[in-house]
Amino acid sequence: MKITFKRKKKLTLKQKNAWFGVLFASPLIFGMIMLFILPLIQSLRYSLSSIQLVEGGFSVDYEGFSNYTSLFTSNPDYPRSLAESIAAMAVNVPLILVFGLFAAVLLNQKFRGRPFARAVFFLPVILASSVIANLDIGSFVGSGTLSSGGGEAESNLLQSFELKRMMLESGISPIFVDYLTGAVDRIYEIISSSGVQILIFLAGLQSIPPSLYEAAKIEGATGYESFWKVTFPMMSPLILTNTVYSIIDSFSDSPINKLVSETAFKVFDFGLSAAMSWVYFLSVALILAVSVGLISRKVFYYD
Amino acid sequence: MSSKTAYTDLFVSRYQPLEKGKRWAWVLIRTVLVVGFCFIILFPLFQRLSIAFRSKADIYDPTVLWIPRNFTLDNLRIAIETTNYFEALSNTALISASTTLIQLVSCALAAYAFARLQFRGSGLLFGLVIFTIIVPPQTIMIPLYLTYRYFDLFGLVGLFTGKDSLNLIDTFWPFILSSSTAMGLKNGLYIYIFRQFFRGIPKEIGEAALVDGAGVFRTFMRIVVPNAVPAIVTVLLFSFVWQWNDSYYVSLFLKQVKVLSTSLMDMGMGLREPDPVYTSMLLNTGVLLAIAPLILMYLFVQRYFVESVERTGIVG
Repeated sequence: MKITFKRKKKLTLKQKNAWFGVLFASPLIFGMIMLFILPLIQSLRYSLSSIQLVEGGFSVDYEGFSNYTSLFTSNPDYPRSLAESIAAMAVNVPLILVFGLFAAVLLNQKFRGRPFARAVFFLPVILASSVIANLDIGSFVGSGTLSSGGGEAESNLLQSFELKRMMLESGISPIFVDYLTGAVDRIYEIISSSGVQILIFLAGLQSIPPSLYEAAKIEGATGYESFWKVTFPMMSPLILTNTVYSIIDSFSDSPINKLVSETAFKVFDFGLSAAMSWVYFLSVALILAVSVGLISRKVFYYD
Repeated sequence: MSSKTAYTDLFVSRYQPLEKGKRWAWVLIRTVLVVGFCFIILFPLFQRLSIAFRSKADIYDPTVLWIPRNFTLDNLRIAIETTNYFEALSNTALISASTTLIQLVSCALAAYAFARLQFRGSGLLFGLVIFTIIVPPQTIMIPLYLTYRYFDLFGLVGLFTGKDSLNLIDTFWPFILSSSTAMGLKNGLYIYIFRQFFRGIPKEIGEAALVDGAGVFRTFMRIVVPNAVPAIVTVLLFSFVWQWNDSYYVSLFLKQVKVLSTSLMDMGMGLREPDPVYTSMLLNTGVLLAIAPLILMYLFVQRYFVESVERTGIVG
């Protein structure tokens, strides 16, 4: 006891702080090893094996890559739901980003009733949940009860039909028109999944120094120009952050998660389920790496 | 003639009709947009509310738009009975509140170590924390389940109790263990938020406390924590809400014990109602009951929440 006390006295401040740092982070280090790194290694091992539940435990037999090959050659659901998840992500993430930035700029301006509007815009953060999304009211109550849901859906359809015709006549490419009208039709989905992104953008907008806008105004920039020349570059690091967040978030409630869980706990094929989740993880990581690589080239850091 | 143009010039320079017109047009567009978006967000909520009090007779009555003709509490009663509402509610509240508080402590401590008490390898560890955000929870789902199903803590449990392992499924221990080691639901994100915020607190304040004789713990408790209230509020609300809404971890670790999200998922089966529309009405009531406590809470804390998030500097 005495020796350790003496040694402690001799430590420099920096060393002492480092030891306190280890102490503060020790629960995390413990959890990281027990609940993250070891499970990750085990999961990789399971994905290369077949697992049988036996009395009082389970046995693991090494099988090589058979789980992975069967995933793409004989599994009927997996390739389809992986492709669906990725497609849904590719469609939704740009829309969420654009809408999030737009809503944040809107909510950052001063107008009457702003506190109320902000409270409403963040409501989806509270309500967003897989259970509530699964039991979405529009899907079955709306179609069942003619009284409330029917009229709404009809007018919605009509509206985007008009929009579609207008845009097609003005010579915009049909793919783009379909994309936009699809976005209008799914506006609730997009709004309800962009709550956190709006928060992050709003926090970023607050941190832009007002002097930049003043300088731009003196130089004769219009509101439109100062958005593209000041706001947009200043927000570009956050666009990167939000892209990463949106990609992860869009995968977190995709159909593939359900498939992985069902394979494990309904079919009890732990090895196959682990292989599924690894392919899934690697594709998420690949998409993240590509999109971060593309966006981070354009990101502007103001220092 | 010249006087007329002079008048218009004077009028334009004094009242600037173009500028004013542009501003009012923008105000108009903005109002329409904000009101429209608010409507889109609030509409389903009001619809749920209206449907929850309708009786069976109103379902196919096209004249009932918002106010139910036959006002009834039967939907509420049936939903409460089939979901075991109060038991599930107390379980959910217990799990959410306890994990939220424990996570807050463990994440804040780790984040302070990353922000101010760097040690060798802390950069690597922080990289791993970011990595945990990216790895989908499904990837480690099975080993995690087996860890808690046959919990032996590197053989220590076997040493003390004589049994090979403990079965922690259907207890609250998985939640408490994972949150106390900062490995719970989205904990990587909370560590990131706290770290960014702690880095924003000027170093000089901590140094002044050190000169006045405060140790690391004392500096943390008396100086850093009181200055980090916005970050704490943000993390508290996020973690409470996400834990409340979570259906993935609870369905993984709790097979018999029911919480709100899992009992909602099973509710459709438990109803045994032949009419699918009425079933969906009851399910809707169940969803409303599950989120009602959150909405009530949000009504009270939203002001602090929005302010805090703005000052959190998640930005970095």
